Amino acid sequence: MADSKKLREGSFAGNTLVAVGRIGISIFVPLVAFVILWAGFIFLKESKAPPALIAIVAIIWGVGGVALLFGVADWFVNRLPLHVTKKLQPFVFVGPALAILAWYLFFPTLRSLYLSFFDAQSKNFVGLANYIYAFTDPKMLESFVNNLLWIILGTGGSVGMGLIIALLADRSRYEKVYKSIVFTPMAISFVGAGVIWRFIYAYKPAGESQIGLLNAIVTFFGVEPQAWITLRPWNNVFLIAILIWLQTGYAMVIISAALKGVPSQIIEAGRIDGATELRVIRSIIIPYIFTTLVTVSTTIIIISLKIFDIVYTMTGGQYGTEVIASMQYKQMFNFYDFGKGSAIAIVLVLAVTPVMWYNLRQFNKQEGF
Amino acid sequence: MKRILFVVLVLAIALTPIFAGGKAEKASDQKTVTVFGAFVDEEARRFEEAIRPFEERTGIKVVYEGSKDFETLISVRVEGGNAPDIAGLPQPGLMHNFAAKDKLVPVWSSLNALLDKNYAPVWRDLGSYNGTTYGIFHRVNAKSFVWYPKKAWAAAGYVPPKTWDELNRLMDRMVANGHTPWAVGIEAGGATGWVGTDWIEDIMLRTAGPDAYDKWVSNELAFNSPEVKAAFEVLGKIWMDPRYVYGGKNYILTTSFGDAQQPLFDNPPKAWMHRQGNFITGFFPDDIQDNLEEEVGVFALPGINSAYGIPILGGGDQFVVFNDRPEVREFMEYLATWESGKLWAQAGGALFPYLDQDLNAYPNEIERSLAEALVDAKVFRFDASDLMPAQVGAGTFWSGIVDWVGGKSLDAVLNDIQRSWPK
Repeated sequence: MADSKKLREGSFAGNTLVAVGRIGISIFVPLVAFVILWAGFIFLKESKAPPALIAIVAIIWGVGGVALLFGVADWFVNRLPLHVTKKLQPFVFVGPALAILAWYLFFPTLRSLYLSFFDAQSKNFVGLANYIYAFTDPKMLESFVNNLLWIILGTGGSVGMGLIIALLADRSRYEKVYKSIVFTPMAISFVGAGVIWRFIYAYKPAGESQIGLLNAIVTFFGVEPQAWITLRPWNNVFLIAILIWLQTGYAMVIISAALKGVPSQIIEAGRIDGATELRVIRSIIIPYIFTTLVTVSTTIIIISLKIFDIVYTMTGGQYGTEVIASMQYKQMFNFYDFGKGSAIAIVLVLAVTPVMWYNLRQFNKQEGF
Repeated sequence: MKRILFVVLVLAIALTPIFAGGKAEKASDQKTVTVFGAFVDEEARRFEEAIRPFEERTGIKVVYEGSKDFETLISVRVEGGNAPDIAGLPQPGLMHNFAAKDKLVPVWSSLNALLDKNYAPVWRDLGSYNGTTYGIFHRVNAKSFVWYPKKAWAAAGYVPPKTWDELNRLMDRMVANGHTPWAVGIEAGGATGWVGTDWIEDIMLRTAGPDAYDKWVSNELAFNSPEVKAAFEVLGKIWMDPRYVYGGKNYILTTSFGDAQQPLFDNPPKAWMHRQGNFITGFFPDDIQDNLEEEVGVFALPGINSAYGIPILGGGDQFVVFNDRPEVREFMEYLATWESGKLWAQAGGALFPYLDQDLNAYPNEIERSLAEALVDAKVFRFDASDLMPAQVGAGTFWSGIVDWVGGKSLDAVLNDIQRSWPK
């Protein structure tokens, strides 16, 4: 008995030692990980080492740091009692994403909302004055109208062209070639496209050699050269053409994939019943791919609502081409008016949200998420 | 677990020498001053050239960075906590914004003494906000000048006009000869329209006078008042008449301000006059720049109301301090002396406000006379759009010019600008 007591005491002491050791390690390892990450941060922040070395360290620190954080967190959670582990483990996986989303998206939005009730210097509370400005200022009204144009023409144009090209390509032997050509502009950034199209719309007075493609064409037919980007209200359409050029490829690819999913039996049945090609498209194909059309449309509507790069590179919002995002940018960064800039940003967020929500729901239906 | 510990250890060991290396390098590092400004390309190169003696004398490295989107980027950088040590602000309004937000370091006593000694009082006023001085002017410019191709003028028998009436008669004579008097271009990316605001300011100084001009700048004189409208109408008589302006409204709207002078140097000239600041010589074609005195003539834009003479309109970048360090102070004090401008003056394309400057440094008679006019001018006013609140001076005034040239009614444009004035 005495022996067994000794044994129990001994194992108790041993257990305590193990427990203390476990707790010690559980604290020590995260601490080491933290010290390493912190040292890396300080190094990246303050070091005057050669840029190449800093870049290498940044890559190691960035990628390795994420792996380290995850590894240590996972390891730590696994050492906890089983029922706690089960509860905490999902957060180890989803936590970083949530934290980043909160830090980069949620908090800035809240801060914008807060700033939108204050004056230019964010010092005095001004109530709804900035929102009254956002909905009454002539330039703001102009940008609302223009954004509506972007949504209707930009989305309609991209989806319509995408649909037509997808339908035609589907019936062609060279489908892949056509689709690749139409898809190519997708690889160009909006700013890049703006720079390219500046040359297409470039103006020189009559009698000089026209360096702009469009003016070279019209002068060839004996028409006076036009300053395209200053022609109201058509200049908006000329800018929207750039979006259509960029986004038709995207619409076409998605729609084309959906077209492949339309069962050929139904189409053949329709043809046997004597339906014309147009009737087949209208009554069979389009209803069949309708959810795809909606998803593509909502995606491009969101892009049109947020449109900024094209306007900024082409006209800077001049000549009556202002859009909501360019107004927000000007108020914020040119006029330094944080109140008005934030208010416009919030208006834009509110305008995008329902479309976004609808878009995600549509994706959900297709189990894309 | 063991594997993770192992990885941690390896990482720690691997990174240690890097941290150590980083620290060692920092100690031996050279002192650096970063300067961010609005001038780019050739102008930036000349600025760097001009400050080289400072770098050689002190061993302090000055890193200049210029951007065409300066007005936007400086705000982003300051807000983002990434302000340069020194920024060259082309608009006093920007300085007021930063000063109001307590982002700037005020002028210290030794710099203040240099400011008193080397500058006329107007420059201190322009660099001050609420009674505190923040900005030091370096390169300045004068804008009320009309440039013309000298040889073609001599051949055609044109002579520089002394009064506005003479200018009008000259324009009509040119039209009668089948010549187009003016080349105007106001495109400037995000800043499109500023060339037009310069014209309006010049005309305001000539029709309404300096006192009305000052009231206009502070909005005591409303933007839609008759005086301002009259100035626009004087300009409209030239700009809106396709006989007077090469390429008409389309050329005005779509031609970059730097390229707009090119028709002057075609053979024969497609346009015969170009109103622009002294900096424009840097944009002239190379062969013209090489023979500036033979090829180019210049006269001050004539007065309209003789009571105000020939006023000079100008501007300039003021250098302000965001980060207070000894080497930054040393460089600012250098900028407040003629020595910092001398090399740039010799290279051409820049005027300096220093009272003790040596006019012989300027490379040609044209710039020498411009500098002299600048230092001696009785009525000198800073660019009004640079003094107005940014919402107007860098916003609705610019876009108002564009809208007006684009065909919007003058009353609507002026009312819009007045309404946009921050209360």
